[in-house]
Amino acid sequence: MGSDVKLRSALGRARGLGSAREGVGHFYAQRATAIGMIPLSLWFVISVIGLTHADYATLLDWVGQPLNATLLSLTVLTAMYHAQLGVEVVIADYVHGETLKFTLLTASTMAAFLLGAVMVVSILKVAVGV
Amino acid sequence: MTKRARPLSPHIQIYKMPFTAVLSISHRITGVVMAVGTLVLAYWLVSAAYGPDAYATAQAVLGSVPGRLLLFGWSVALFYHLCNGIRHMFWDAGMGFEIRDAVKSGYITVGAALALTILAWAIGV
Repeated sequence: MGSDVKLRSALGRARGLGSAREGVGHFYAQRATAIGMIPLSLWFVISVIGLTHADYATLLDWVGQPLNATLLSLTVLTAMYHAQLGVEVVIADYVHGETLKFTLLTASTMAAFLLGAVMVVSILKVAVGV
Repeated sequence: MTKRARPLSPHIQIYKMPFTAVLSISHRITGVVMAVGTLVLAYWLVSAAYGPDAYATAQAVLGSVPGRLLLFGWSVALFYHLCNGIRHMFWDAGMGFEIRDAVKSGYITVGAALALTILAWAIGV
């Protein structure tokens, strides 16, 4: 038997790599949300252009359509996820004090979740109209 | 001993960033700008949720000259980040690493972002 026999499985060796011990999870999530944002952002821009001079009734009508409310929520959530991942990298690269870095990372993640919740609730409120 | 032109490390006060480096940092700047700019979208959606009066105020604020300037800046950031993000995906796929290719794709990115911004505002106004 050669000394290069590896008892660990390929998956076992791949897991937990990288300085943050999270493998390619962050990298993959950033790319996956980026790909999602290509059609979503284009749809969003076209929609917003269509709503430029919309009065309230027109807006209610538009958001009231389930497809629009769904795509709008999906856009907002994907954007917040993508933004959180991006801001995380920027903070990790440029902020060096451990306390400040930890505080900013926590605060930016909380802000992303908060904004996501606020926007989805607003979309649902307009869509359902209670 | 003859004096030879030795390579120097960048002198930070007089260092001219290469075109590709300017594009690289612009990707981060536009990303952060949009992350903060989500507050504007949240303001618009929350106003809509609060009812016709709040929505009318938001439409007036965003339709004003400062409001439009804000939206214009936001659209530039979006289109640049979108186009340069696609450029990044080609790199992720292992394509376009030569300096000449990176400069060329950089020009295409800036051109496409400008074209999309102009197109959006031409239709939108």
